[in-house]
Amino acid sequence: MSRIATRFAALKEQGRGALVTFLEGYDPDPATSMAILHGLPGAGADVIEIGVPFTDPMADGPSIQKGGLRALKSGATLAGVLAMVRDFRKEDSATPIVLMGYYNPVLSYGVDRFCTDAAASGVDGLIIVDVPPEEADEVEPQAKANGLDLIRLVAPTTDDARLPRVLAATSGFVYYVSITGITGTRSASTADLAAAVPRLRPHTDLPICIGFGIRTPEQAAEAARLADGAVVGTALVDTLAASLDEQGHAKPDTVRKVLDQVRALAEAVHGVRKAA
Amino acid sequence: MNKPLPNSFRQGPDARGRFGQFGGRFVAETLMPLILEVEQAYEAAKKDTAFQAEWRRLLTHYVGRPSPLWYADRLTTHLRAKAAPGMGAKVYFKRDELNHTGAHKINAVLGQILLAKKMGKTRIIAETGAGQHGVATATACALFDLPCTVFMGATDVERQQPNVFRMKLLGAEVVPVTSGAATLKDAMNEALRHWVAHVHDTYYCIGTVAGPHPYPAMVRDFQSVIGEETREQMMAAEGRLPDALVAAIGGGSNAMGLFYPFLDDESVAMYGVEAAGKGVETHEHAASLTKGRPGVLHGNRTYLLQDEFGQILEAHSISAGLDYPGVGPEHSWLHELGRVNYVHATDDEALSAFQLCSRLEGIIPALEPAHALAYVLHQAPAMPADKIIVMNMCGRGDKDIFTVARHLGVKL
Repeated sequence: MSRIATRFAALKEQGRGALVTFLEGYDPDPATSMAILHGLPGAGADVIEIGVPFTDPMADGPSIQKGGLRALKSGATLAGVLAMVRDFRKEDSATPIVLMGYYNPVLSYGVDRFCTDAAASGVDGLIIVDVPPEEADEVEPQAKANGLDLIRLVAPTTDDARLPRVLAATSGFVYYVSITGITGTRSASTADLAAAVPRLRPHTDLPICIGFGIRTPEQAAEAARLADGAVVGTALVDTLAASLDEQGHAKPDTVRKVLDQVRALAEAVHGVRKAA
Repeated sequence: MNKPLPNSFRQGPDARGRFGQFGGRFVAETLMPLILEVEQAYEAAKKDTAFQAEWRRLLTHYVGRPSPLWYADRLTTHLRAKAAPGMGAKVYFKRDELNHTGAHKINAVLGQILLAKKMGKTRIIAETGAGQHGVATATACALFDLPCTVFMGATDVERQQPNVFRMKLLGAEVVPVTSGAATLKDAMNEALRHWVAHVHDTYYCIGTVAGPHPYPAMVRDFQSVIGEETREQMMAAEGRLPDALVAAIGGGSNAMGLFYPFLDDESVAMYGVEAAGKGVETHEHAASLTKGRPGVLHGNRTYLLQDEFGQILEAHSISAGLDYPGVGPEHSWLHELGRVNYVHATDDEALSAFQLCSRLEGIIPALEPAHALAYVLHQAPAMPADKIIVMNMCGRGDKDIFTVARHLGVKL
């Protein structure tokens, strides 16, 4: 069983929801980013998404755009992010890692080589935002051959006719986008969150995580109660950004501030008891 | 170029929106259902005679089509004077700068706004570089009483003030985009982001032959009116097809519109002129086909200016309309097949062509076709005098006089 499947099965057994965190790799610099990554499992992150910085992130709001640019300025590359994962794996062999990003850096690296290297580095899944199921053959064979899960976004606009096709192309878990919009721009309402599971559950047995628009421990807990997990990204990137000095450099408490927020989110998410 | 050539260059795209390996639909899931809806609506509109008749009516009575095909006699004479004996091709301009709103953009905008109405969309968004597409979209939205929001890079807002004011006069909201280099690429990112958040009521009117399928094919089809007219007008004027077509390439909509109806006419050579900015040997240019390599951006696979890690590079051109690090996917395909020759002209060459055209023909060209003209100035004297070149004068230069004045050191 893959790390992602193992982790969700264990959480289910414990009657808990998953906290999935997102931060850009190399934001604001490689050392700080690595220190945060090492600290995430201890702070309560169940699944870790690492953003692969791209100059033109079409689905991201201003916070993650800026995080990506900070990361690129500090030298982020896809190879560099893979090296971070290898470093992380020296200490943690259980926490699933998902790389999230856009297609062009992967294409430039070479899809075959990327999938081989990602798997060898200890990556478990991929979210490539701008490769929809219609273009899946670009990456699916290589991802499958290397045992990488392809996690797909399901949006409120994904209609019922299309849903089975999208879900059929998904493995690992389903990432439900709770709002019609880009990351971090609008807060998901309870109604937004509640829509996810009844829509998806009839079509899939995969764990369902809800993301986009989840900022607070309360929202995260609500998402974990309704589905199998909550994804929090922009709120963490905002905390990181707010902790930087005027030049955009990390301060001594940057790592602690981000991990404290992860702890608060994890406490709320793990406080929700679910039927096992 | 060892691949077998297809029987026709006019078959693309395939069902996946691909021209060879180029094109496609590389968008986030939130947009995908809408892209499919646009495709369906456009397929229906192609066969809808009432739709086509309404579009043609607008082209005739609102835009002023057909645009003239002008024999540039003085320019031809000027170039022959410097050419070897018996050399110096005859130069014609396809005068799409005479269209209402001053550029070719309106052709495809009217088609797309009719489509948006048919789809029941009640808001229009657009991106713009030089502002020509923004003005065209704002114009059509005024005519059809639709609210219009135009995303424009803050840098472009600054260098294209007259067009910003025009859009506002026409009732559009202009949103300056400050991310990245704040030019056309960033405006397109922001328009796509806005669209993701407003999919239910909003139609995105793309200005060029790029973006996810069906946009490259749809915008090409609407712009092909340029080439179709040119063909008829050339037969009437000269009784034969031209020997060469020349057009500027940013995203490539005016070029695609001129070239497409001639793609299967072997005798017609084609030149797409990219913006070389300060020179293709520098880092400041917008020559994606000349200096880029294939990648994925803005919904399609195409040639892009990018670094070795797949990060997109900023383009540079004196012409805001050519200042884009990508190019329409069909151009990438025609480039690899070798059907169209992609060449380039620098900022300085475009500026001289701009001035020469103004003085010799009494036509102030936009900086975009000034790049095409710069290549004509180079190419025509190298062709025999019995050959014919058609250049697409795709926009007028009124919007550029401030930029040109600044470059010439003139204070207005």
